[in-house]
Amino acid sequence: MWRAVLRRLGSGAVVLWAAATAAYLALHLAPGDTVDTLVGDGPDTPQIRAQIAADLGLDRPAVVQYVAYLWRLLHGDFGRSYVLQRPVADIIASQVWPTVKLTLVASAFTVLIAVGLALVSTGRGRWVRGLVSALELSVVSAPGFLIGVLLLSVFSFRLGWFPVSGDRDASALVLPALSLALPLGGLLSQVIREGLERALDEPFAVTARSRGLTRQALLWRHALRHALLPAVTLAGTLIGFLLSAAVVVERVFGRPGLGQVATDAVGAKDIPVVLAVVMLSAAIYVALSTVADLAYLLIDPRLRKG
Amino acid sequence: MDVTLPVPAAAPARPGRLPAGLPIAGLFLALVAVAAVAPGLLTHTDPLAADPMAALQAPSAAHWFGTDQLGRDVFTRTVYGARYSLFIGLTATLLSVLAGGVLGLLAGLAPRAVDEAISRALDVLSSFPEVLLALLFIAFTEPGTPSLILAIALAFAPRYGRIVRAQTLLVRRAGYVEQAVTFGLSRTRLAWRHIVPNVLGPLPILATIGLGTAIVNASALSFLGMGPQPPSPEWGAMLSESRNYLRVAWWSAILPGATLTVTVIALTAVGRRLQARFEGRR
Amino acid sequence: MAPLLSVQDLHVTFPGPVHAVRGVSFDIEPGECVALVGESGSGKSVTARTLVGLAGPAAQVRAARLTLDGRDTLGFGERDWRRLRGRVAGLVLQDALVSLDPLNTVGAEVGEVLRAHGIGRPADRPVRVAELLSAVHVPDPEERARQYPHQLSGGLRQRALIASAIAADPPLLIADEPTTALDVTVQAQLLDLLAERRAAGSTVLLVSHDLAVVSRIADRVLVMRAGEIVEQGPTAQVLAAPAHPYTRLLLAAVPTAESRGRRLSVTEPEPLPPRNVEPDRIVLSATGLHKWYRTRHAVDDVSFTLARGETLGVVGESGSGKTTVARIALGLVEPSAGTIRLGSGSGQVDWTGVPERRRRPHRRRLQVIAQDPLSSFDPRYTVERLVGEPLLERGRARRDRVVELLERVGLGAEHLSRHPRALSGGQRQRVAIARAIGPRPDVLVCDEPVSALDVSIQAQVLDLLADLQAADGTALLFISHDLGVIHHVADRVLVMHDGRVVEQGPVTDVFTAPSHEYTKSLLAAVPTLDSVSNGT
Repeated sequence: MWRAVLRRLGSGAVVLWAAATAAYLALHLAPGDTVDTLVGDGPDTPQIRAQIAADLGLDRPAVVQYVAYLWRLLHGDFGRSYVLQRPVADIIASQVWPTVKLTLVASAFTVLIAVGLALVSTGRGRWVRGLVSALELSVVSAPGFLIGVLLLSVFSFRLGWFPVSGDRDASALVLPALSLALPLGGLLSQVIREGLERALDEPFAVTARSRGLTRQALLWRHALRHALLPAVTLAGTLIGFLLSAAVVVERVFGRPGLGQVATDAVGAKDIPVVLAVVMLSAAIYVALSTVADLAYLLIDPRLRKG
Repeated sequence: MDVTLPVPAAAPARPGRLPAGLPIAGLFLALVAVAAVAPGLLTHTDPLAADPMAALQAPSAAHWFGTDQLGRDVFTRTVYGARYSLFIGLTATLLSVLAGGVLGLLAGLAPRAVDEAISRALDVLSSFPEVLLALLFIAFTEPGTPSLILAIALAFAPRYGRIVRAQTLLVRRAGYVEQAVTFGLSRTRLAWRHIVPNVLGPLPILATIGLGTAIVNASALSFLGMGPQPPSPEWGAMLSESRNYLRVAWWSAILPGATLTVTVIALTAVGRRLQARFEGRR
Repeated sequence: MAPLLSVQDLHVTFPGPVHAVRGVSFDIEPGECVALVGESGSGKSVTARTLVGLAGPAAQVRAARLTLDGRDTLGFGERDWRRLRGRVAGLVLQDALVSLDPLNTVGAEVGEVLRAHGIGRPADRPVRVAELLSAVHVPDPEERARQYPHQLSGGLRQRALIASAIAADPPLLIADEPTTALDVTVQAQLLDLLAERRAAGSTVLLVSHDLAVVSRIADRVLVMRAGEIVEQGPTAQVLAAPAHPYTRLLLAAVPTAESRGRRLSVTEPEPLPPRNVEPDRIVLSATGLHKWYRTRHAVDDVSFTLARGETLGVVGESGSGKTTVARIALGLVEPSAGTIRLGSGSGQVDWTGVPERRRRPHRRRLQVIAQDPLSSFDPRYTVERLVGEPLLERGRARRDRVVELLERVGLGAEHLSRHPRALSGGQRQRVAIARAIGPRPDVLVCDEPVSALDVSIQAQVLDLLADLQAADGTALLFISHDLGVIHHVADRVLVMHDGRVVEQGPVTDVFTAPSHEYTKSLLAAVPTLDSVSNGT
């Protein structure tokens, strides 16, 4: 089993390295001069250009540049934004915490919604399931920003329960987190419910019932574990969704965070910042996917060789 | 002991789906298509005609969806906005299905080394969240419709690539492929006659469901300002413009948004129904 | 003494409407072993599951009387059933790999009924679980209890499943096809275990399609067909002198040594058409075949010849290498060592060690019929396209030939546009056979072609193969784990074990006077219709 773990960690590292390389190539192979690309829409002076050239070591051989780049990355040096004249790491670090907070709370909501909806609707009558299905379909199809806007309208403007924007306190997290959690929770809930129903149809469920198990015990002690398998497989992809959607939701609610950083950077053509945000999210994705894969190994003993 | 009884010709009904809603979904999609192709049939107003005196009016008989902050008729703008979403969504989906499909087939059929290389590349692309990858692409180009299409196509291609690759590997090992070997079929003929059709079969339906996601993502990026620029009546952009007037005029943001959502719901519902139907055949 | 189980006029219907059980009545006395026998769709499984209220939420159950252990279960709600299940009746299903939760340890599964009914203290349960595993003869019970089902062999798994059913010491044990997924030798051991439980005081209701299995341990037999009991009585009597035509059909359909040369699908003895075996015309010869998979020696020095018109049987249990030999013969797998040659004399062709290009023109001389025909059909193809695929004719001529082939296998032109999914298992196999004989092959490799079919359908397909072989002179390489089938169809037989051929020769010689130990144990393990149980 340890070999499987190591293999998974190894391939995660490979993907990270490949992502970093892809970012590097994107920068250097983009049409036009690399220095131009880095200048973007920011101040364009000979001093800044000289600084860029020096920072990147453009006079050195390509391989050396590349290795130096990787070396800097490993030390947390994401380069410098020439548009804002600050190290990229600073820009990101100052804005990362609000996004992390939002993502964590949203994940918790997602799990609650998903598991709750699935357990409530499994094996119930056609009406309940039809209703829940329709609900799930709606939230999954609605763009995150629309849900955010709707929630804003109703709960902030109309009812005044939650703040309209900003990041003052915990209550400012609720609506944005819900906007993220509803679509994902709906999607995950479908997966979990389908997994539960499939498990309940399997022969081992009949055997379990023949022992006198209650429906609750059957769900919790048998079916849930089976249903979690496909859900865990999805976990990595869902994190990707979460990060994507966070960018948009932050804009809807006027929250500070990486979303703001990213969109401003795109607008100003501040490539180093955009690259850094993208790489960071790739790193988060890889980390969480690896954790999900390892969790899969934990849940399903058939995958642990011997 | 299994003598499988003949399977009834009707597809197994998926419980929980609303079969009654399906014709409605189809009808709605047809309406959206008309709006995209011939908006003049549904409305006679100019989507760009601004009338500051009539700004922020609630929905009424004169303005079914009300007016926005510049006095433009929201319903007309919504109708005209359909073509952006459909065009961008369709083109992007077609491109990504094409790219992903070709790569996936190649990876599945080619020798191990090629497969490894393509798989790793797809893995790397998949590790970037789709919206962020699209943002990156747009950062290198200019915000606007063409870059939006390419950005979404790029972001979604890995998804189709992986699906096609997985399906190809499955089909390669299927019993009927081996059987065809015993008939003396050459490898190429085998690939064309049995492998490719069975791999590509489920794609159109997946693409229909994927189209919904593409449309949502396109409007999300437009919302961020990365797509068609104002005053184009693209649904996401409209929402972005109207966000600041939400307190006083919810209709200018929510009604286009609702139209978008219902379109995606309809697409997904139809796609899933087709999927359930054809899955019974595999 | 009152019967342990009493059923009178039981009807079970499903939405459709499907009338799965029609007016079934029977009693089971304590200490008996009763068998419910029937083919698919007979309603035997539904009946058995209805006895513990597990027919499914869509089932509508009506009966004049339905009692279990003195309790009237007709009006039972879910809660009442729960109290009964596990304590009064235990259920053992087929294939423990899917009937035990693969994500739970064996110990957790075995002890679950104790937990569900609050029997004993939690601290004592591991001890009880170990006791139960020992009672079903699982060695190293403590260690096995910590393992997961997939880590145990098929036989041990099934024993663990039985242990989980008897954990709360229920008077009634219901076993629904408990040995179907197992090898013959393991099956024999499982049946002995059930007989042992019966001797220890349990009452056993055994549901099976296999009359021979049933005859080994059952006191009474109930034959079911289309939801009704067509015949019931003491096992010896029913098997020796069946009264109902269906029972007679079932008995006549079982392939054995005695049925050689006789049609299986009719009750009156009728000879099969004579075959013309030409021992001098060798169509396939294999010499010194070996196949290594990493460290596993899957095929170990296998040699044989196949003559025109003859049937060579290859018999063995799972893992014996018989399927690998078939795949090597078909040219789907290259042997690690050894050769195969097609034909004889000057026209002899190398089949192994040559590039596919050179093999391709000869591929049509060997065709295959698999155990699961559906997986060998392209899901998009209709019957016409499937049967027509290997043919050289085109257009109108091809269609005519397809119809001709369909008629030869007992189907017709009306099946041309049908989809295999809409056909029964027997019909699908016929389509596979029609497709296989189209190219007029010299050799037909039959890899467990009837193992997934009901006995009566199996009889029809075996008769069909015999007719076709007699008419065309095709040689059959017939692989099966079922010794009865092999004894019925084969001229010569190869007995395989662990990749090696332990014995070969004319089938009657090998099976009546085996020389190798393994062959002897294999034959001893096979339940035959002669071995009727001794009443306890």
